[in-house]
Amino acid sequence: MAPFVLGEITIDWPLAFHSFWPILQGGLIYTIPLAIISFIFGLALAMLMALLRLSKVNVAQGAARVYISIIRGTPLLVQLAIIFYGLPDLGIEVSPFVGAVVALSMNVGGYAAETIRASILSVPQGQWEAGYTLGMNDAQVMCRIILPQAARVSVPPLSNTFISLVKDTSLASTITVTELFRRAQEITATSYDFLLLYSEAALVYWIFCFILSMIQGHIENRLDRYVARH
Amino acid sequence: MLLQAKDIHKSFGESRILKGVDLSLDEGKVLVMIGPSGSGKTTLLRSLNLLELPEQGTLEINGIHADFGKRLSKKEVREIRIQSAMVFQAHNLFPHKTVLENVIEGPVIVQKVLKNQAIDEARKILDDVGLFDYQNQYPFQLSGGQQQRVGIARAVALKPKLLLFDEPTSALDPELVADVLKVMRDLAANGWTMVIVTHELKFAQEVADEVVFIDQGVILEKGNPDQLFQHPKHERTRRFLSRILQRV
Repeated sequence: MAPFVLGEITIDWPLAFHSFWPILQGGLIYTIPLAIISFIFGLALAMLMALLRLSKVNVAQGAARVYISIIRGTPLLVQLAIIFYGLPDLGIEVSPFVGAVVALSMNVGGYAAETIRASILSVPQGQWEAGYTLGMNDAQVMCRIILPQAARVSVPPLSNTFISLVKDTSLASTITVTELFRRAQEITATSYDFLLLYSEAALVYWIFCFILSMIQGHIENRLDRYVARH
Repeated sequence: MLLQAKDIHKSFGESRILKGVDLSLDEGKVLVMIGPSGSGKTTLLRSLNLLELPEQGTLEINGIHADFGKRLSKKEVREIRIQSAMVFQAHNLFPHKTVLENVIEGPVIVQKVLKNQAIDEARKILDDVGLFDYQNQYPFQLSGGQQQRVGIARAVALKPKLLLFDEPTSALDPELVADVLKVMRDLAANGWTMVIVTHELKFAQEVADEVVFIDQGVILEKGNPDQLFQHPKHERTRRFLSRILQRV
């Protein structure tokens, strides 16, 4: 009796081999830079939003709330489309890469703002008081006493944000940034080997994220040097 | 008169914590404040460096004057705050800084003392409180008593006119209290002006020039330690003292 065959899996090894470099290259020259640049701008924006949320000025608090609500309440794909395809109607045209940086930064700014706010609030009130009694002003206490302690608390959640961001950069393919995923797409256009090429893309994302997780562990260890290990 | 507080009022919401308190202290003297929990003694101490902002009254430290009837600017608050330094019940050391870094933080960052000079002075102070060998440790590596002595060193390093202590030994294991009290005795002997909230009556008897008994937001009674501890005038003072002494 003939064996029951679900499907024949044959791997086109030469294609796998030749497509790997272009896909990885898309990751190295677009995905990673896009993620890093967006994360830096995004964190700066998130910091600003967190400080506005913590300020005693109602208008500032409200503005930050609205911003965070809009970013969290709309899909990143739609935000990208508005910036790249919509803004030209207002005469604002940007390159695909810059458009992606703007959208991803704004996105990180909305999500990480709450993380940063929560980690600032997690530092005990006594630390503020101790700083004040040394004669420090608000900015000095914040920068020298509170933020270094908040940083330790915020590394795990911010690492999550960054790893999500690395994967979200694949959405930039929709606005023609030739990043990792778009490279794979382009090759499928001629080879039609979807399973192989998209699996390869997945593998490269996973390798990137695996390396990032290791870096995260390293940073956490460094920042934990001043707390008791349980 | 180094310290003069007049008619201090402070409320938290509906509850009136301080109901018109006067306090004064000469340079080089030690004032101990005792009283039941909730009496307002800690709030009064915290009002002296404006961690609490009273609603009414005046405060003068080292010639710097503050009138709480008016809104104080941040500069005015800071101006009066830097006349004193606070030792907290829970020490509030900076956990991300070493012992030495904790002690030089104020001098270097706020007072703009040169770092090398600040380090030399900090090491000397740490030697005085018996922690020279611990200067590169982080606070979590120290015992509670050692942490509190770092807290004292951090306050002393600011060279303030006035040292404030908020129940500095209340959170400590009994066997660690003695080391902290010894450091405080040394400071008193070296002429520091100190205001101390404590339940350590024996210590108060030794070092205090004046003791005030605070109850329900007012100073019910004050005097030198002998008067106040041996011959309290008020029934409530007597009851408080006997309760504290029974505990031992």
